[in-house]
Amino acid sequence: MNLTKHLAGVMIASTCLCVPALAQTKLTLWYHGAGNEVESRTLNQIISDFNTSQSDWTVSIESFPEKSYNDSVAAAALAGNLPDILDVDGPIMPNWAWAGYLQPLPIDESEFADFLPGTKGVWNGKLYSVGLWDAAVALFARQSTLDELGLRTPTVDKPWSSEEFMAALDAAKASGKYEFALDLGMNDQAEWYSYAFSPFLQSFGGDIVDRSTYRTAEGALNGEAAQAFGKWWQSLFTGGYAPGTSEDPADQQTGFIDGKFAFQWNGNWRAVATMAAVDDVVFLPAPDFGAGNKIGAGSWQFGISAKSKHPEGAAAFIKFAAQDKYLAAFSDGIGLIPPTPSAAQMTKNYKDGGPLAMFFDLSKAQALVRPVTPGYVVQAKVFTKALADIANGADVADTLDAAVDEIDADIESNGGYGHR
Amino acid sequence: MAFDPDNYGLRLFVRYLVLCLIALIFIFPLVFMINSSFKPDNQLLADTSSLRAFLPVGDISLDNYFGAFRRAPVALFVLNSVLVTGATVLLSLLICSLAAFSFAFLRWKGRDVVLSIVIATLIIPFETIAIPLLLLVSKLPWIGLEGLQWGWLNTYRVQIIPWIADGLTIFLFVQYFKGLPGELIEAGRVEGASWWQVYYRIVMPLSGPVLATAAILKFLVMYNQYLWPLIVVQQENYRPIMVGLGYFFQLNVAWGEVMAYLTLITVPVLIFYLFLQRAFIASIASTGVKG
Repeated sequence: MNLTKHLAGVMIASTCLCVPALAQTKLTLWYHGAGNEVESRTLNQIISDFNTSQSDWTVSIESFPEKSYNDSVAAAALAGNLPDILDVDGPIMPNWAWAGYLQPLPIDESEFADFLPGTKGVWNGKLYSVGLWDAAVALFARQSTLDELGLRTPTVDKPWSSEEFMAALDAAKASGKYEFALDLGMNDQAEWYSYAFSPFLQSFGGDIVDRSTYRTAEGALNGEAAQAFGKWWQSLFTGGYAPGTSEDPADQQTGFIDGKFAFQWNGNWRAVATMAAVDDVVFLPAPDFGAGNKIGAGSWQFGISAKSKHPEGAAAFIKFAAQDKYLAAFSDGIGLIPPTPSAAQMTKNYKDGGPLAMFFDLSKAQALVRPVTPGYVVQAKVFTKALADIANGADVADTLDAAVDEIDADIESNGGYGHR
Repeated sequence: MAFDPDNYGLRLFVRYLVLCLIALIFIFPLVFMINSSFKPDNQLLADTSSLRAFLPVGDISLDNYFGAFRRAPVALFVLNSVLVTGATVLLSLLICSLAAFSFAFLRWKGRDVVLSIVIATLIIPFETIAIPLLLLVSKLPWIGLEGLQWGWLNTYRVQIIPWIADGLTIFLFVQYFKGLPGELIEAGRVEGASWWQVYYRIVMPLSGPVLATAAILKFLVMYNQYLWPLIVVQQENYRPIMVGLGYFFQLNVAWGEVMAYLTLITVPVLIFYLFLQRAFIASIASTGVKG
C-alpha cells in the first residue's frame, strides 16, 4: 500500500514538474543571413532573450545563404515544409502572400505606427511582415570634389535638379581627374537594378507598372516620362559618364575610394566602410528629375508562414524582436537604418548629428517601395534586362515596349495576380 | 632565319610553346584563387588589374582561412560532401554495374527496350524532374532507428539514393561489358559458375578502367551538387560544400574568404586527381568517354 502511494506520489510530482517543459511550444524560424556573423549574433541574442523571457514558446533558428534563400523557401513550400516564422525580402512579400506562403500578422498595424514606411509589408490592406531595419541609397561624393568643381551641396529639402546633376557630371568629366564621373554599380544585375534605378524612372514620372491597377505596365514603363528616362539613362553610357554592364565588380567596392569615380550611387551598407577610407565623404540625396526625388525602400522583414499552427507565438516573437534596443543593436552591428526615430537615437550612426543620420531622413522623405504586387518578381527581372539592354545601346522605345509586353503577358497569364 | 617546316626541333618547340600557353590559360584561375586566398580584400581587389593577382606578394597571411572557418562550418560541409559523394559513388558502382551486367549478359524479355529507355534518360536534364522528385521524396517513408518516418527531407539519404543509378553510368558499363571476351563468360558458365559468380569473379576483376571512369564522373557530379541539396536540405547539419559557398556572399562580399573557402574545397580534389591521373587518362582512353 505504502509502495503504491509512493509510486503515485512520484508520478504526480513528476507530471507536475514536466508541465512547464510540455507547455513550451517549439517555433521554427528561417533566416536569410547564414554567414553574416554580426547579424546572426544579434538575432541569436534576440532569440535567446525571447526564449528566457516567457514560458510559452521557444524559437529555434535555421539560417540559409541569402543568395539561395528564396529558392529554398519556394521548394519547402512545395514540399509542405515551411517553418513558423519566415524572413522575407520586402518587395517579394506580396508574391509570397499571394502564393500562400504567408498569412497576415495577427498584430494591429498601429503597434508599428512609428516604423519607417519601407519596413512595413502591407499587401491587400493587410500587414504581412515587419522589418527590423531599412536600407537607403545615396550619391556618395567627397566634399573636396564638390568644392573643387564649384558644386552646390544638395540637401533633402533642396536636391539637385536634373540640370544640376548633369552639370555636376559634366564638370567631373571635364576635370579629367576621374576614369568616370559616376559609378552606378552596373555589374550587379540582380535586385540592385530595380531597387537602385527604378527610383530614377519614378522621378521622371514613370514606373515599372501602373500602380493604380497593377494590371498593366502600359503607359508607366513606355509612356512619355519613361521614354525620357530611357534616353537619359542611355546617355549616361554613350556620353561616357558611367561604366557599363561590363564594369569590374571590384570597382563597386573600391573604385570610389580609389578615386576612379567622382560620384557613386550606392547603398548605406557601404557607408561605414567608405567613411573609414574617405575622410570627407558626403552622402547626397537623389536628384529630382521632375516628379520629386525618390529612392528605394524595403529590406528583409519577418512574417508568419501560412502553415504555422502557432501564429500567436510567432507574432509574440516578432513583437518582441521589434523593441527599440534590438533595432538599435542591428543598426550598430550592420550599419543599416533603424526603423523608428527612438531606436535611431540609441544608435551611434543614426542619432541626431550622427554620421549617417541623413540616411534616416532620406528614407523618411524620399523612400518609395517597389511595386507592391505579386508580379514584382517577374517585373523586376524584365526591368533589369531592359535597363541593361538600353545601357548597351538598344533602341529605347522598342526595348521599353517589349518590356511592357512581357510584363503584361505575365500579369495576364497569372490572372492579374489577384488585382481587380 | 627563315622558318623551315621540316625542322623537327623547331616544330616540337612551337608545339610545346602553344601547349604551354594553353596550360597557362587553364591554370591561371587556380593560381589566382590560391594566391588571392592569402591577401586582404583591398589588396586582392587592387591586384586584379595587374599581374600581381597571380603572385603571392604583398600582405600575405592566413587570416582569410581563419575568417572562413569563423563564418561557416567548413569542416562540416566538407564532411557532408565527402560522405554523400563517397556513399553515392560506391553504391552507384555496385548497382549500375549489376544492371549493366544484366543488360549485357542475361537474356530476358524486353531487355533491349528497357536498355533503350535507360539510355534515353540521358537526354532529360535534371532540372526538369527536380520538382516532381522533390514532391516524391518529401512523402516517401523510411524505417530507421526511430521507427517509421515519412519524408526524406533534411537527411543524407535524400542526397544519396536518387543519384545512385543513372543512364550514363549504366551505359558505360554495358558498353565495356560487351567488349569483354565472350569466351571467358561461357567458360565460367560451363564450369558451373552462377551468374553472380561470373559477375564478381570474372567480369568485375576485368573492369578496372570502367570502374575508374564511372567513379570519377560520379564523383565530379556529386561533389559539385548544388540545386538538389538546395531544395531538399533546410538544415545546416546536412548542407554540402557548394551550398555552403553562399555563406560568403553578403552585401559586402568577403572575397579573400571566398577564395580561401574555394581553395579548401578544391585543393583536396586536385591532389586526389593528381594521384589518380594516370588511371583516369587510361580509363578515359579505353572507354572512349569524352568530357
